Amino acid sequence: MFEVYILPILIFLILGLVSGLLLAIASTVFSVNTGKKAQQVREVLPGINCSVCGFSGCDEYAKQIVQNSVVTNKCIPGGDKASREISSIMGIEFEDVIEKVAFVYCNGTKSVTKEKYDYKGTPSCSACNEFYSGKGSCDFGCIGYGDCAQACGYDAIQIINGIAVIDREKCAGCAKCVTQCPKHLIKMIEYTDNVQVACSNHNKGKETRICCTNGCIACEKCVKACNFDAIHVKRNLAEIDDSKCTKCEGCIGICPVGCILS
Amino acid sequence: MKEMMIILVSAIFVDNFVLSKFLGICPFLGVSKKIDSAVGMSLAVIFVMLMATVVTYPIYTILLVPFGLEYLKIVAFILIIALFVQLVEIVLQRFVPPLYQSLGIYLPLITTNCAVLGVTLLNIDKEYDFLQSVVNALGGGLGFMLALILFSGVRQRLQDAEIPQFFKGMPATLIAASIVSVSFVGFNGVVEGLFQ
Repeated sequence: MFEVYILPILIFLILGLVSGLLLAIASTVFSVNTGKKAQQVREVLPGINCSVCGFSGCDEYAKQIVQNSVVTNKCIPGGDKASREISSIMGIEFEDVIEKVAFVYCNGTKSVTKEKYDYKGTPSCSACNEFYSGKGSCDFGCIGYGDCAQACGYDAIQIINGIAVIDREKCAGCAKCVTQCPKHLIKMIEYTDNVQVACSNHNKGKETRICCTNGCIACEKCVKACNFDAIHVKRNLAEIDDSKCTKCEGCIGICPVGCILS
Repeated sequence: MKEMMIILVSAIFVDNFVLSKFLGICPFLGVSKKIDSAVGMSLAVIFVMLMATVVTYPIYTILLVPFGLEYLKIVAFILIIALFVQLVEIVLQRFVPPLYQSLGIYLPLITTNCAVLGVTLLNIDKEYDFLQSVVNALGGGLGFMLALILFSGVRQRLQDAEIPQFFKGMPATLIAASIVSVSFVGFNGVVEGLFQ
């Protein structure tokens, strides 16, 4: 009885115990401290998993920083504060984060645009966009049901007078709203590039004027006024080259429709 | 001494675990893409084979045989092998993280690598004593290394070779592996002559 049933169990119990103990000792002696560091880095990161850094989430970015020494300034929502703390955890030099904010390339408020039809469906931009490119008279403009505002985790987007307005101070730069807009009106710009043409209408001046009095009519006044060759009209729409623009704001007063904002 | 040399050389060449006994094919095909990871893998396998033999032989002869528990040897051996694989994994992760990453899943898979279990079981079957078992395990590990390094060289040539599209990848690799293994048949009967 003992030799046939109990002894084998005993032997394997002891074998298992001994090997388990050995492994436990080994794993504490040779413990990898990257796990602890990654944990610390992860706690500094904001944890919204926006993947602006190019990795699949905050966990993955923290892992990459610790294991593959990826640069610490890729987290835009975390900003300089997160970068500085990560640098001190990793013991490497601090790298400046280029802050980015979202910008809505449309200024067609309710008072300057008309409605094509009376929309009574689901109050969502992407749903409304399915019907004749949205209810607004401008096919390029903001629909104003706030799909972007719902995606924003920082309460930085508000629908004011029919268009989405972004609070530059609240915006963390996670770019979650960019993919939400069915009109692709939201783009990420650097925080310092504050002079932008707030219009996306590529129609000719006359057609733009009919649907929205705030729209760019491609008159090229700003192109001539700019001393730095920073503004060009492409496909009936003025575009500002952020790398050349000196933020002198000389073009803002010249624009007859007032679609250049700062 | 002569006997040990025969065991060692025949374990490396004649009874090569990968190319003659066809054990441990999984890492042989999986980790032979680059020579560095092939060397690392082979070193890990040599260590596990040696340590597993050193530990399993006493366990078998002292714990299992006296009580007629030989039928439990596979379970006991797998337990010991798993222990050493885990140890290797912990140590590699700590000291050689690049190698740990390049080996990937094949490292924990040494546990189920039949070459390792094969060495320990064959030592018992062939009724080797302790020292012979250790030498056989060392030879088995070195043979594994030889096969992996040889084949990683073959595979690097294979990547540049112009072969038909439908043969590219695994088919060509398997054909090359079979040709390499055929070449090892040539060692049959050589060993006895070497140490006369």
